[in-house]
Amino acid sequence: MSVFILRRLMQSLVLLCVMTIIVFAGVYAIGNPIDILISPDATQAEYDRAVRALGLDLPLWQQYLVFLSKLVQGDLGKSFVFNEPALTLVFSRLPATLELAFAAMLLSIVIGIPLGLWAGLRPDSVAGRSIMAGSIFGFSLPNFWQGLMLIMVFSVFLQWLPAGGRGPTANFLGINSSLFTAEGWQHLLLPALNLALFKMSLVIRLTRAGVRETLLLDYVKFARAKGLSSRRVIFVHVFKNILIPLVTVIGLELGSVIAFAVVTETIFAWPGIGKLIIDSIFVLDRPVIVAYLIVIVLMFITINLIVDILYSVLDPRVRLADMKS
Amino acid sequence: MTEAVLKVENLQTHFFTKAGVVKSVDDVSFEVGRGKIMGLVGESGSGKSVSGFSIMGLVDHPGRVVGGRILFHGRDLVGLPDEEMRKIRGRRIAMIFQDPMMTLNPVLRIDTQMIETIQAHEKVDRETARQRSRDALGQVGIPSPDERLMAYPHQFSGGMRQRVVIALALAVNPKLVIADEPTTALDVTIQAQILYQMQKLVAEQHMGLIWVTHDLSVVAGLADELCVMYAGRIVERGPVGRLIDAPIHPYTKGLIGSVPSRNPRGQPLTQIPGMAPTPIDLPAGCPFRPRCARASDICRTTPETAEHLPGRFARCFHPHLEDAA
Ligand SMILES: Nc1ncnc2c1ncn2[C@@H]1O[C@H](COP(=O)(O)OP(=O)(O)OP(=O)(O)O)[C@@H](O)[C@H]1O
Ligand code: SF4
Ligand SMILES: [Mg+2]
Repeated sequence: MSVFILRRLMQSLVLLCVMTIIVFAGVYAIGNPIDILISPDATQAEYDRAVRALGLDLPLWQQYLVFLSKLVQGDLGKSFVFNEPALTLVFSRLPATLELAFAAMLLSIVIGIPLGLWAGLRPDSVAGRSIMAGSIFGFSLPNFWQGLMLIMVFSVFLQWLPAGGRGPTANFLGINSSLFTAEGWQHLLLPALNLALFKMSLVIRLTRAGVRETLLLDYVKFARAKGLSSRRVIFVHVFKNILIPLVTVIGLELGSVIAFAVVTETIFAWPGIGKLIIDSIFVLDRPVIVAYLIVIVLMFITINLIVDILYSVLDPRVRLADMKS
Repeated sequence: MTEAVLKVENLQTHFFTKAGVVKSVDDVSFEVGRGKIMGLVGESGSGKSVSGFSIMGLVDHPGRVVGGRILFHGRDLVGLPDEEMRKIRGRRIAMIFQDPMMTLNPVLRIDTQMIETIQAHEKVDRETARQRSRDALGQVGIPSPDERLMAYPHQFSGGMRQRVVIALALAVNPKLVIADEPTTALDVTIQAQILYQMQKLVAEQHMGLIWVTHDLSVVAGLADELCVMYAGRIVERGPVGRLIDAPIHPYTKGLIGSVPSRNPRGQPLTQIPGMAPTPIDLPAGCPFRPRCARASDICRTTPETAEHLPGRFARCFHPHLEDAA
């Protein structure tokens, strides 16, 4: 098991290096930051000084190494706009996004799995069909439109929930989050639901397909032939097997939920990282963009690692195959 | 046969498919006595598995038992409420499936799968159930059962898995075991070991055993009585020795003629001409008529089961009585 984790860690490290090259190439090598930093009417001497000061006269590979060594020290430069270290800026916005993403994933799991189970066990019932029809909506409605509709219905007409912004936060176990205040939850609910609907549909479809497939397998019939209650057959024999694809997909989707919360954060004026990156792209605030990309990639890698580990815990066949290799 | 464990009378199991009604089991009757082995032989698709599943109350949708009685110790299982049937399944009647690679749940340890079976039927604590599981594994010849209990199915070979399944089936001392081609997927030596073990267990525990197979040579040395199935019907039934030496139904005769070991050296194997019928468009009257050399006009009507010789039953208008008498 530890060998397995160690190997995955090594792979992650390689992945991270490759990623920094891409980020570096993408953001630093294409286009010249000097043009934005220095006023257009500066003299050639001033221009050269600035180029040298930023190390832009060095060969590309040396520039990369400089970038890398600064990165290792956690120095990604200061934001042109906020004049704060870019990394600090990203980290200050991250909790709001993480909170939103986790709430969305939680919603899609606690609603999606039971609905998917139901639809899988009773595919021909009215409820089963309705769930499937609903999941098609969840897939196909444009996210921004759906967000606006949620605001219209729940904030404007019913006036149950606030239309935007993040509620007050409270500190619990050193974590500052609006999850710990009632008002915070009220603010969170609509954006989380908006972000969750697509994933929820995905979870419903995956669960249903898994149940339908697994129910036909011999070992499920054998479990029934052993005289087990249908409860045990479904929640142990069937469920443990569909958990494998579910965990994989949910884990991977968690990354994308964080990265693509942009639309929801914009609609609901959620002060998260997605809103920050959109603003930064508009004003070409490169250090922030780089910091954002690095943090997102790190997060993807971490999530993938956790998924891999969970996967091997759930599926004994993976565990063995890994020990052999 | 004095004490019948199971008495099947005029069983009919049909599948109501879009293409039409599939009469997979059509008017089947037989008995299994205490400590007796009944061989159920027939080509692929003749309805052997469906007969077994009918007894277990596990016929898949869109199939249904539409007629007849299944008397288990005199009690009719047809139409029994789900919970009553669940208590019988696994506890009183156990079933062993054809493919040992598919019968055990890949993500659950062997001990989980054995203990849950025992606990589904008896109020015993985990430790007792575990000990009984271990004893059962030892009984079917699995070395170091304590260790093997902690293993996952993929860590066993096919033959070992089938032993695990047999141990599982026998751990609760059922009165009847339905073994659906349990050795077909295994190689010959392992097949012989398992056959021997089953025979021993039947004798020791005085249970009834239905051994389903399409391989006559397997049951020849094992069973007490044979039923030969063709297109959902039992065409011949009788004591194994006499039935194999002198079959009276033309289909059985063809079947035995096509077994290599039963033929004198140098004589060509006979082959039954034509194809096994698909159960959806059976010919009217005797289903074997298109392939039968003895067919006459009367065979356009359905032959009923008749006792042509003492203890020898067949569905045929022109049975081979010449050398059987
Ligand atoms: N779920 C189903 N839907 C429709 N028809 C079915 C279904 N299950 C079985 N049948 C039909 O019932 C018939 C008997 O099937 P069964 O599985 O009992 O055959 P078998 O004798 O066990 O064959 P084999 O030796 O291949 O296992 C087959 O012709 C099959 O088409
Ligand atoms: S009833 Fe007729 S067709 Fe059928 S097996 Fe007997 S002789 Fe052949
Ligand atoms: Mg079968």
